[in-house]
Amino acid sequence: MYFWTELKEGLIISFRAIRANKMRSVLTTLGIVIGIVSVTLMATAIEGVNRAFDQSAAAFGTDVLYVDKWPWVSNEDWATIRNRRNLEVSYAAKVERQATFADAVAPVVGTRKRLAQGPNSMEDGFVSGTTHQYINAAGVTLTDGRFFTAEESSGGRPVAVIGATVAENLFPREDPLGKVLRVGGFPYMVVGVCEKQGGLFGEFTSDSRVFVPLLSFQTHFGSRRNVTIQVRVADIKEMENAKIEIEGVMRKIRGLAPGKPNDFNINQQEILTETFGGISLVIASIGLFITGLSLFVGGIGIMNIMFVSVTERTKEIGIRKAIGAKRRTILMQFLIEAAALCLIGGLIGLAIAFPVSLIVDQFLPTAMPLSVVGIAILISLAVGVISGFMPAYRAARMDPVEALRYE
Amino acid sequence: MSNVIELTNIVKTYDMGGAEEVHALCGISLTLKKNEYVAIMGPSGSGKSTLMNIIGCLDTPTSGQYLFNGLSVSDMDDNELAKIRNKEIGFVFQTFNLLPRSDSLHNVELPLIYGGISSTERKRRAAEVLKDVGLGDRGHHKPNELSGGQRQRVAVARALVTRPSIILADEPTGNLDTKTGEEIMMLFEELHRQGNTIILVTHEADIADHAQRAIRLRDGVVESDEPVRKRKSYTAATA
Repeated sequence: MYFWTELKEGLIISFRAIRANKMRSVLTTLGIVIGIVSVTLMATAIEGVNRAFDQSAAAFGTDVLYVDKWPWVSNEDWATIRNRRNLEVSYAAKVERQATFADAVAPVVGTRKRLAQGPNSMEDGFVSGTTHQYINAAGVTLTDGRFFTAEESSGGRPVAVIGATVAENLFPREDPLGKVLRVGGFPYMVVGVCEKQGGLFGEFTSDSRVFVPLLSFQTHFGSRRNVTIQVRVADIKEMENAKIEIEGVMRKIRGLAPGKPNDFNINQQEILTETFGGISLVIASIGLFITGLSLFVGGIGIMNIMFVSVTERTKEIGIRKAIGAKRRTILMQFLIEAAALCLIGGLIGLAIAFPVSLIVDQFLPTAMPLSVVGIAILISLAVGVISGFMPAYRAARMDPVEALRYE
Repeated sequence: MSNVIELTNIVKTYDMGGAEEVHALCGISLTLKKNEYVAIMGPSGSGKSTLMNIIGCLDTPTSGQYLFNGLSVSDMDDNELAKIRNKEIGFVFQTFNLLPRSDSLHNVELPLIYGGISSTERKRRAAEVLKDVGLGDRGHHKPNELSGGQRQRVAVARALVTRPSIILADEPTGNLDTKTGEEIMMLFEELHRQGNTIILVTHEADIADHAQRAIRLRDGVVESDEPVRKRKSYTAATA
């Protein structure tokens, strides 16, 4: 009861003091406003990058292993890796036969070719040659048509499944199904369109790719290429066992003697998320630290102005003490004033940051997380209490006789 | 009648840094009874301000014993002193010392806020006391909208609102013209008649003559302590 009376009185006094020194209050609060705007925007941007990454990484599938000559993330010497033998198409069938944890296996080869349809074209389109198994091994969903069949695949038919971006660019106002698409000059009939995946990785996703049967790929674009073997693991809980098994199968296929290092890598989405998670944490820490500095400067401004305020109101403090205000009461009064200044700054900051985050959203899909709003309010309160404490403590400890004498 | 204030051998020494010390009070012993009207007089430097601060529990003595309603003030900490000031002492200052941004009602209410009295009770008592000092219609005026005399009346109302054991007035007419000053002195006389204990600190003999008893200080000691012989009384004059 007493506490609430004190709190209410403290709030009334604070708002009177803030109103009485409008210009000063506005300028001081500005420091907090800028601090909160920069911190919340930074947090929102980090959230956006993380979200974009998660969305992109999802395209790789959590249950898919990518057996490849190249590691996705590596500290190994580039030249050593380059000198490894290429992986071959025939491995896919062997892995499928020997690996018990594998659900579907698809070899994938890739190259860049010009894609053309009527007047529209894309230079450097990413063309993948694979088998009908790909749809099972990669977790691609189609919005239109179908993936090529086992017969089309083994017969090397000139059919193509195209990514969402390719469809948008080359068939802007028509249904691509059944139309002819020229891949590196060779005609392919479009039989399917993939669902849009979006994200940061662009051509690594299916969006800007064209999938064609492996056999026709080799006929048109050559067969001496490195192959990636995508393996979908039947049970996601068995990912680690599947990796060990496939590693054994691959070593046998490659004829590696015991003790020799692997000359291939088994990549998975987890590697990306782990690596990115580390990087993102560092960026987030640095970003929040730097923007936090501006909030810190704002806090110093509050502290400074509270010292001024305490000195100016020495007489008032004396009067209040004379008529019975305890130390705690005076301390509370100034803490509330500092916290109120900061809270107002925080709320204004959020009111500014929110529309700005909508602008950011145009470039980087994001939304100000609700947690950031809550944290920003808590932080501004905390800044107020922390920076207000020293001045408030000074006020609370004033000698009433001295304070009353002050003019 | 019971003693409200008992001072025994009160000494106050200020340390001015280094070996230098100022003896503001050098052993003062006093007793004040309930419903007394006392003037404390003395030239500047006599120690009357220091004595007032100690009696008002704004300051503690260096040595000696101070009993307030039988309680030893000398041993109290800051919070206990604040509580005594809030509940038992009503201050009236020369410069009024009202909060400039608060209206009369809120100024009068303030001691009750610190006393933890509920809002409705506060408002009722503040309005009542303001009416008693003749400012019932000035509750929502801020100090700068009031005359000097009115401001001092607000200050008196603030001192009265907690129904304290003593009213401690420090040169209450010092910033007022003679006529307004007399009005305030009339108010004090009325309060005394109603049973309040009043301590008046002043250097003006004229003002001190309103009290029943005058204590003269000089150089930190009591020079004289005697009843006022030719007491000025408005009621006596009109009677």
